[in-house]
Amino acid sequence: MKRIASVLTAILLIILPVMLTACSEITASESVTLYVYNWGEYISDGSEGCLDSNAAFEEWYYQTYGVKVTVNYSTFSSNESLYAKLSSGSVSYDIVVPSDYMIQRLIAEDLLAPLNYENIPNITNILPEFWGEDSQHSEYDPGNIYSVPYLYGMIGIIYNTTMVAEDDPNIGSWKLMWDEKHAGNILQFNNSRDAFGSAQYLLGIDVNTDDEAQWRAALDKLKEQKPILQGYVMDEIYNKMENGSAGIAAYYAGDYLAMYENNQDLEFYYPEEGTNLYVDAMCIPASSKNKLIAERYIDFMLTEEPAIANAEYTYYASPNRVVVENEEYIEYMSEIKDDAYEKMYDTDSVMTSTYKNLSGEKLALINQLWEELKSNIEISTGIYVICGIIIAVLVFLGAYFGIRKKIRNNY
Amino acid sequence: MKFLQRSYIFLIFLLLYVPILVLIVFSFNEAGSLAEFSGFSTVWYEELFNDDEALTSLCNSLLLAVSSSVIATIIGTFASLGLHRMRSKWLKGAINTVTNIPMMNPDIVTGVSMMLLFVALAGFLGSQNLFGFGTMLIAHVTFNLPYVILSVLPRFKQLDTSMSEAAQDLGCTPSQAFFKVELPEIVPGIVSGLMLSFTMSLDDFVISHFVSSPDFQTLPLYVYNQTAHNVKFSMYALSALIVVVILVILLIVNFAGSFNRKTIAKGGAK
Repeated sequence: MKRIASVLTAILLIILPVMLTACSEITASESVTLYVYNWGEYISDGSEGCLDSNAAFEEWYYQTYGVKVTVNYSTFSSNESLYAKLSSGSVSYDIVVPSDYMIQRLIAEDLLAPLNYENIPNITNILPEFWGEDSQHSEYDPGNIYSVPYLYGMIGIIYNTTMVAEDDPNIGSWKLMWDEKHAGNILQFNNSRDAFGSAQYLLGIDVNTDDEAQWRAALDKLKEQKPILQGYVMDEIYNKMENGSAGIAAYYAGDYLAMYENNQDLEFYYPEEGTNLYVDAMCIPASSKNKLIAERYIDFMLTEEPAIANAEYTYYASPNRVVVENEEYIEYMSEIKDDAYEKMYDTDSVMTSTYKNLSGEKLALINQLWEELKSNIEISTGIYVICGIIIAVLVFLGAYFGIRKKIRNNY
Repeated sequence: MKFLQRSYIFLIFLLLYVPILVLIVFSFNEAGSLAEFSGFSTVWYEELFNDDEALTSLCNSLLLAVSSSVIATIIGTFASLGLHRMRSKWLKGAINTVTNIPMMNPDIVTGVSMMLLFVALAGFLGSQNLFGFGTMLIAHVTFNLPYVILSVLPRFKQLDTSMSEAAQDLGCTPSQAFFKVELPEIVPGIVSGLMLSFTMSLDDFVISHFVSSPDFQTLPLYVYNQTAHNVKFSMYALSALIVVVILVILLIVNFAGSFNRKTIAKGGAK
């Protein structure tokens, strides 16, 4: 009896989770679910009266094709975490939005499916610089066989006008981030590719170079900069720049506008030595089960309403003609800042290059150099000394009290 | 010396609670910035309650935390019972060590190995994808188990075996003796195990990150993924609400505990 009961419990415990997964699958199969994986905070989500792009797609799809589609929207925080998810095979998505160099890597590893442009007629909305055979900004996917640009942007330098004089000779150049006058007020990317990029642009080195010596030269430049930095940061930059605890930082143009809304002392420029232009593009993973719906999703995002809503929500630049030429959108941008529109779309006068996927060997080298830059020998020996002292004190105290107890017990 | 003691305590509390206080204060900031406090407003709370994605992930988190902690508590309690009754000392030690491994292991090792297991299992079963609530539940039960055992097992050790023997002497079957005599004695251990595993499961990020699927996102995953761009200010509001709710629950639990003890003491005095 007892044995039967325990066997039953064991079976129940094993079956329960399986049942639960089965249940969730049954509820999902009532309508088709489209899995979309995008950057965090990177789509108009219906807050503050803007368009909810995903809900609009669901409604549009139901009205046009009579099929209920549910968009399952989830987010990632870096290209690398997207790569880890996709390559592990633990999940399958229908739409992903990685950046240029990651798209190149995904293509090389056969993780993306070629697009059928018959289902994406609105592709004609994309400007020729960003899509097609002759585009300058789609080297990551020549001919755009796998990807349709979503939003793009450039890296520039943000500075606080109350901390940097207007006639500072280094304004307009990467040199501002190496200027000892501003020691303690400079923020550098906490992301190896962008940090090395800043040094490479300053030195005039190709950001995709194959030459190890050139990567080491960039490392030396970064080491030179390290003593005058306030720190290596990513999203902390918003607060630090907004409340004036730091004065100079390189960051993405769209995010600068978000900071400007909270602090009007912030100014922005693209360095004359050149800077990075990045494109985030919509792709369909090879493992997608709803490729047709995914292509229609891409097509829908290229239409006027969602494209404008997404560009307005994120402040990032749109490669879409219907957005760029839209009067209301231009008006919206100039309300944020007079020259916001010109700055965001100033791709002609700025020298730009894109990051390309590097070989595994080069990636390992960069990681190693990045570790070398960030590990600080002085601090780590200091910590060892402190730990050593604490352990010595503890051992001493333990021994002292142990002996005392023993002596007492002897009496 | 007394001054030193006081200032030390003060410093500790300051470091513990100032960040939370800052968070709560700025969740009412109209400007949506940490730079300055421009005016009192509940706009972020309104936005939070209109944010379906955040609310769904909150619900998911709660559902997962409740179910995984309850299942882990049931399994853990019986596991402790078994461990306690085990005769071979060597086997007892060995099993105790094995159950502690998920706790001692770095989360990332547990997470990756769980993910690999589920990927391999999916291939073995020929199914496309196992990931979802089920895998999350299995993973969370796994890392919750040692905490339950850790808080229940000592209670069993404190238990006077003659109590159960006496109950059986007086006509209880062994299972009646367990449920009527032993179980009430170990309830405090079970409750603390339940609470502990509930909180562990609620705030777990690393393991969930590896075994989650887009169908089932928990709150920590949702908040983390926002760091790609600026974290929404409605998350400040959400965190503030969670702090308040946890505070209230803790107060209720503490007061209920002391209340119970009083009534028991009174009953005993009669």
